[in-house]
Amino acid sequence: MLSRVADSLFWMGLYVERAENIARIVDVNSQLMLDLPREQADRISRNWMPVVASLGDERAFRERHKKADAEAVTDFLLFDRSHTNSIVGSLAAARENARTVREQISTEMWEQINRTYLWLTSKGSRQFFHRNAYEFFERTKKSLQLFQGITDSVMMQGEGWEFLRMGRYLERADKASRLLDDEFFLVKGDGKSNGTAVIQWQAILRCSNARQAYQRLYATVVEPIRVAELLLLHEEFPRSVEHCLRGLDQALRRMSGVSSGKFSNQAEKLSGRLLSELSFGSIEEIWQRGLHQAMDDLQLKLNAIGAAIRDVYINPAVPVAAMATAATAQVPQ
Amino acid sequence: MPAATQPAPAKRKKKSAPKQLFKGYQPEKFFDEVFSAPEKARPAYRKLIQRMNRMSARELDERRQMADVSFLNQGITFTVYSDNEGTERIFPFDIVPRVIPATEWEHIESGLVQRITALNLFLHDIYHGQRILRDGVIPRHFIDEAKHFRKEFMGFNVPRNIYIHICGTDLVRDDHGTYFVLEDNARCPSGVSYVMENRSTLRRVFPGLFEQYGVRPVEHFPEELLNLLKYIAPHGKPNPTVAVLTPGIYNSAYFEHSFLARQMGIEIVEGRDLVVRDDHVFMRTTKGLQALDVIYRRIDDDFLDPHVFRPDSMLGVPGIVSAYRAGNVSLANSIGTGVADDKVTYYFVPRMIKYYLDQEPILPNVPTYLASEPADMKYIMDNLPKLVVKAANEAGGYGMLIGPHASKGEIDKFRRLIKTDPRNYIAQPTLSLSRHPCFCEDHFEGRHIDLRPYILYGEKITIIPGGLTRVALRKGSLVVNSSQGGGSKDTWVLEGDE
Repeated sequence: MLSRVADSLFWMGLYVERAENIARIVDVNSQLMLDLPREQADRISRNWMPVVASLGDERAFRERHKKADAEAVTDFLLFDRSHTNSIVGSLAAARENARTVREQISTEMWEQINRTYLWLTSKGSRQFFHRNAYEFFERTKKSLQLFQGITDSVMMQGEGWEFLRMGRYLERADKASRLLDDEFFLVKGDGKSNGTAVIQWQAILRCSNARQAYQRLYATVVEPIRVAELLLLHEEFPRSVEHCLRGLDQALRRMSGVSSGKFSNQAEKLSGRLLSELSFGSIEEIWQRGLHQAMDDLQLKLNAIGAAIRDVYINPAVPVAAMATAATAQVPQ
Repeated sequence: MPAATQPAPAKRKKKSAPKQLFKGYQPEKFFDEVFSAPEKARPAYRKLIQRMNRMSARELDERRQMADVSFLNQGITFTVYSDNEGTERIFPFDIVPRVIPATEWEHIESGLVQRITALNLFLHDIYHGQRILRDGVIPRHFIDEAKHFRKEFMGFNVPRNIYIHICGTDLVRDDHGTYFVLEDNARCPSGVSYVMENRSTLRRVFPGLFEQYGVRPVEHFPEELLNLLKYIAPHGKPNPTVAVLTPGIYNSAYFEHSFLARQMGIEIVEGRDLVVRDDHVFMRTTKGLQALDVIYRRIDDDFLDPHVFRPDSMLGVPGIVSAYRAGNVSLANSIGTGVADDKVTYYFVPRMIKYYLDQEPILPNVPTYLASEPADMKYIMDNLPKLVVKAANEAGGYGMLIGPHASKGEIDKFRRLIKTDPRNYIAQPTLSLSRHPCFCEDHFEGRHIDLRPYILYGEKITIIPGGLTRVALRKGSLVVNSSQGGGSKDTWVLEGDE
């Protein structure tokens, strides 16, 4: 597969996932207002900065807006095309990438991404959002989930699919870690459950589509440490960091044919190492270190894996020897 | 006694038959493709017109909208940028198909085969012995001065001796319905994806139209193209690796490049995906470098290789020309075909046909005046307001003057341009192009059209039935190019004559 194509599939997977994550986060945060005590809701409505900060977009936001009220932030995160981490921005990027690899993906995948893009960038969608935010988010999320579903049911599951999945997993793991970073997303808590904290940890679960999974697994009130455990370490939960890492590691190994427990390149080394860390770690250890520090570390490691994948597969320094062999192979029989 | 049955409800009388949409349509003074006289459809169109006459304007408009939405969702669009917001526009599609009866197509087809054969013989000759110049059939200076004549390739042998593998030849009909060749596109003709997309869209939104007709298929084009590309592989290599080379997603024909690659099941590459080592071309892949044998390039000669042609080209592949010279990679079309679709060379094609094939041209040229010939120059200067003037090497409707529609200022500008650089201009009488009814909001109006068939020259010559019918959608306009407000139609070649 062409390196450039692999790169585009990686980013396409990542941006579609990102658009869906942002939709969920903004959706949940808007609904949070309705659940919180009036005074606190007002305070948050005036200051959505924690949401922006948790996504790592403070600078981009400050360049564009002075006040971080609900309106400015939703506009920034939903419709601001100049901002790549908005829904429209992510989707535009996903679509550009899809366009460069149209011959690799199925027509259904392309049309789904194109339709979603055309809808979100139409005048009607913004009006629709102001009229009925709930339906707007439902429709946005469904459209993106439909893309994921089409992808999984029609795309050839070869190398291209692995790159797409790797982009998706890295983004998903990254967002889970950001939601749990208590410096930003949460009002700092003591890890115990009081009324407001419960509502906020519930919101985190909702941001990850994890509420029902939590209830089935723990059958208990929302405890912060259990939420973190689910989102970080639960192997079977498809949005957990460990699940994503496992998928990512598998994708890397399916491409190289190297069995787990060994590595043949930097990407495999880093992903295998992080996966072991998670597999053999416990939530209590993480909790003790402090979520902020742990999540920061995790994000750095995820970034390093992404960079290593690109070094290995996308922009490799081509050894001269390899080229010479390839050239000889070309001579007609 | 028979069992009781419920009596059928009495049929309601229709209040009144809806207005027949083609009633009142006027062919006017033009050759109309559909009507030989008001309300008198030509045999090939009779069933179609009957069918459409039974429909209401609203029904037709719904289908038109369905077609538009279908193009939009498929992303068969180009992007217009304003206020930083990219708006997606589709190329307008008219839902009334153009119909060509079998006999008429046979005539066109034989003319095109004759023409492509002569053009390829001409290119081979021009890059080898130049007999046609030595015999004085074409004055030498015309070729020596042709912008796209690549002297560097004199004596170079291309695989299987084929220069133009893919040709798009534009045909028009005059007010008697005679087909003329307007120009040959022998470099990177585009538009063939629309032939296939128009067909599949019309089939989807208007399946009933096809029911009563035997329409010859067009869907095999990619397969034929792939066969051709494999046929020209270096050293006759079996199972060669083939790719489409595109300038990238911002090129207006990108949709087509990717469409063809997808249909052929081959890679689409950009210049930056390729690297040349030891005169071999490789693709950069996730598994290292992979050798590439045949390239269907949609990049003009000038941009192909910054080492050889334009050094500022960011689109090309450094070293690719030297790999091509070494015979390790094949290109379609070959380098240097531009000398054949120079509009001055066009003037000489009928002579080529006579010279190489000893035949009369089946499809005539439009009468043409060469500004560099003193007698023609005088005629051009005296008759500029009546003529169409074209620059020898422009495409897409640029560098063109349509005398009868031009302002005095434009005419004066071209007068100066022609005088300064006579070699670069030709003039033709303004043809009264044939017209075809097009659906305009709620009724039909006649619009000028042309036809671009696509010719593939490989092991054999293949022409997909029909081609792209382009429509000058602006009322009265003669320019069909998509960059100038043109649209297109599905084009049917029938199994029979009606």
